[in-house]
Amino acid sequence: MDWNGLILLGVLATSLVASGVIFLLAESRLVMRTVVNLAAAVLKLLLVGWIIWGVYQAVEYEFRFTIIEGVDFILRADALGIMFVGLSSLLWLFTTIYAIGYLEKAPNRSRFFGFFSLCVASTVGIALAGNLFTFLLFYELLTLSTYPLVVHRGTRESLRAGQVYLYFTLGGGALLLFGVVALHVLIGDTEFVPGGSLAVLDPSLHPMLIIIFLMMVIGLGVKAALFPLHAWLPMAMVAPAPVSALLHAVAVVKAGAFGIARVVYDVYGIEFSQSLGLLGPLAVAASITIIYGSLRALAQDDLKKRLAFSTVSQVSYIVLGISLFGPVGAVGGLMHLLHQGLMKITLFFCAGNYAETLGVHKISELDGAGERMPATSVAFTLGAFGMIGIPPMAGFISKWYLGIGALEAQMNWVLGVLIISSLLNAAYFLPILYRIWFRKRDRLWCEGKVLGRFETQGSLLIPTLATAAFALAAGVLAGMPFSPLYWADLIVSREYLQ
Amino acid sequence: MIGLWSVPLLFALPLALGILSLLVAPAWRARLIFIGLPLLVAASLDVLAGLATAGPQVYRLGDWIAPLGINLVVDGLAVGMILMTTLVASLSALYARVYLRDHPPASSFFWPLLWFLWAGMNGIWLAEDIFNLYVGLEVMGLAAVGMVALRATPQALAAAMRYLLAALLGSLAYLLGVALLYGAYGTLSMAGLQEAATNNATTQVALALIILGLLLKTALFPLHAWLPPAHGGALTPVSALLSALVIKGSFYILMRLWLVLGPEVTPELTAQLLGVLGAGAVFFGGWMAWRQHHLKQLVAYSTVAQIGYLFLFFPLVTNTSPEAARLAWDGTLMMLVAHALAKAALFLSAGNLILAVGSPQISHLVGISRFRPMSLFSFGLAGVSLMGLPPSGGFTAKWLLLHSAILSGQWWWLIVLFLGGLLSAAYIFKVFRMSFREGPQIDRSVTPPLTLDVVALVLAASAIVIGLFAHLPLHWLRMGSMLGMG
Repeated sequence: MDWNGLILLGVLATSLVASGVIFLLAESRLVMRTVVNLAAAVLKLLLVGWIIWGVYQAVEYEFRFTIIEGVDFILRADALGIMFVGLSSLLWLFTTIYAIGYLEKAPNRSRFFGFFSLCVASTVGIALAGNLFTFLLFYELLTLSTYPLVVHRGTRESLRAGQVYLYFTLGGGALLLFGVVALHVLIGDTEFVPGGSLAVLDPSLHPMLIIIFLMMVIGLGVKAALFPLHAWLPMAMVAPAPVSALLHAVAVVKAGAFGIARVVYDVYGIEFSQSLGLLGPLAVAASITIIYGSLRALAQDDLKKRLAFSTVSQVSYIVLGISLFGPVGAVGGLMHLLHQGLMKITLFFCAGNYAETLGVHKISELDGAGERMPATSVAFTLGAFGMIGIPPMAGFISKWYLGIGALEAQMNWVLGVLIISSLLNAAYFLPILYRIWFRKRDRLWCEGKVLGRFETQGSLLIPTLATAAFALAAGVLAGMPFSPLYWADLIVSREYLQ
Repeated sequence: MIGLWSVPLLFALPLALGILSLLVAPAWRARLIFIGLPLLVAASLDVLAGLATAGPQVYRLGDWIAPLGINLVVDGLAVGMILMTTLVASLSALYARVYLRDHPPASSFFWPLLWFLWAGMNGIWLAEDIFNLYVGLEVMGLAAVGMVALRATPQALAAAMRYLLAALLGSLAYLLGVALLYGAYGTLSMAGLQEAATNNATTQVALALIILGLLLKTALFPLHAWLPPAHGGALTPVSALLSALVIKGSFYILMRLWLVLGPEVTPELTAQLLGVLGAGAVFFGGWMAWRQHHLKQLVAYSTVAQIGYLFLFFPLVTNTSPEAARLAWDGTLMMLVAHALAKAALFLSAGNLILAVGSPQISHLVGISRFRPMSLFSFGLAGVSLMGLPPSGGFTAKWLLLHSAILSGQWWWLIVLFLGGLLSAAYIFKVFRMSFREGPQIDRSVTPPLTLDVVALVLAASAIVIGLFAHLPLHWLRMGSMLGMG
């Protein structure tokens, strides 16, 4: 056993152990729980930083053991996986701080943080999975560990949302399982290798491979909220704000998008997928979702619901990028995995701040919020600009690369989708900004919480500003080493040069 | 020759303890486990060590040669079942010692019955001939019926009576089949039958009688009606033992006989039929479990459903490729063991939840997740394995069975595994939904003794862990297997 393998296990263990410890802590042990939470999050971030440096220098990290004959449990850090790990570990730290503040004095915190850590462990497992079996293992674990968070409030509405969530995710998971087993029968243990491993199969199996691809993409599309499999996502918004922020904006939907990336790049291989004619339909599905999500977002008055439909739309940018045959589009899609995470989590944090501090959940009640909460509103504005794609925000860089990628792949119609979607993004975000900054509040704010020195609790404000700063930096400093763009470039050069 | 002392000890010791416990004062009955459990654990581990070093063996009791003496088969399958029994029964016994304290004195008859049950089961796992299998089956069945009656309420007695009738009818049919085979071939040993049995009318009738009897005892749909009242209505540790272990006894016999008789004698049509009945069990049991209002009835119907998965074994090993048959063997045994662990955990944690809220109704679990997270957590872990979600023994088993079904080209079983998983998710999450609802703000529920929670948690955790470390157990189980896998 070498150290490089064990460090991967360590990354997984930090949140698993934290989860176990938190479950065992009594509800009243607030300080201890906070210490465990933050210590685990910081430790994980340090370990991940170490691995990122190693992956950059092309160090191999792998851990494996045999579960049953012919099936291994494999953890491996490659450039694509470690990017997702980095994103989740970074955002885990911020969301933990946020959640500690957000759930102050709320009941069932032990349960909440226990499952929260378990979710992060699953996400990291998904990212580090070295074969389809291990991926599936953590993919289902993510479903199980998010359910208690969705129904956390225990209201009729949240239980209903939890039920719908299960219908979709368990059904999708079962389809994915079929696909994975079928591939296993054909070629044995399906490890993720750049360029894929299916191209060698006999052409008579190609129709079978197309069906398997379809099953897997449907299974993954549920979590990625591809139309028409997205219905659970807006409903799940009844969960507490930190859950919506980290899980539904980042971990769960990203797990789906990331899985599609794995299947296309590292199982089928981009060129083989193209030759099977799978990428075109995938691009169409993604485009429909992009437009559909934006249209639905327009009609929402509930702020979190509007953000949820915006997530539906934005996550499909990633899928779109994957399905554009060519390196530039791929860079755009993969980079958006990070960009969207940073921007969307900022927006959800802001929505949570408005709700907690001002008791405001509806967009029509946001008039004059900018005057009352300037820092939160600036963060919201940055996030919204990024989503629309205004330079120099991160979202602009993604869209630019996607556009060029589309032209390179000779799919000019995608450019139209991007333009329409950007206009729609503007149409649903600008009115919010207008209300926040330019309308006056006609009555007094009903203050939700006792405030500290800032416009709201520090534990809510600081994570919000931090993620907003990261989202801004990702755009402005896109040319620097270790920016999302830089890293996506690294991944794609390793994928396409196979 | 492996551990001379340990093999006969596995059934002689429980028998002796059973008789001893009838002789001592009721208050002392429970304490006998402190002698019995360590010895049985040691004997089981010794048998395992023997298997791992010396490979599968046939053990002659008292060194007499069959047909005068009794042959015992100590192969991977038998040893696997012994270990499973030791683990589940020991933990259930520890649970029962605490659980029965608050029950009427008559419940101390649990202890002699437990030892007889144990002796009967170990007898079944080890027996090499079909008559001693019958003896084991009877001992186990009668002890089980007695256990169901322990609660002594009218419902429990009615359930026990039904169970008794089913069990007797089942053994009778089995015995008739055995008599026919003996009459035709003059041998009772499995090895003898393997050589002698040919495909003729007598064999087919005997086989049909044996299958029918064993199906009734295993409670395969549509012969399952006796199971839910018996398993759901019994004392909690009894429910765990019956659902986890007892029904496996008759299935085990069927599985062994099927492979011994081989594809010339076992018709493919019957295999498919058994699979179809299994599918029916999965659907009907799952559906009924989902409709229950009593927690333990839900768990009992879940057993009806899970039994169905085991019967996919027959179509998957009959006239299929060796690779598909091997996967079916692995998958079925993984399913069997994972179900034993998970179902015992599920019954015990259900018992804890019932103790906590003081009511068997699922609707009274409102808000329990806040106050008794540990009991609920065990329930959840066990549920993960039953739903076949990773990482768990149930998942590994499902993976293997799916693999086998695809390889043997019998895609229709995929649908059973697919829908069965979703149905079990439906009834498991039904319990969760209730417990996550916000209920009373003040904790009025009783705290079950810590032992009860710990035992349930250990069982549930082992159902999960065995899925991740399935390689070695499956390797052992394959030793000396009749599918010719070395």
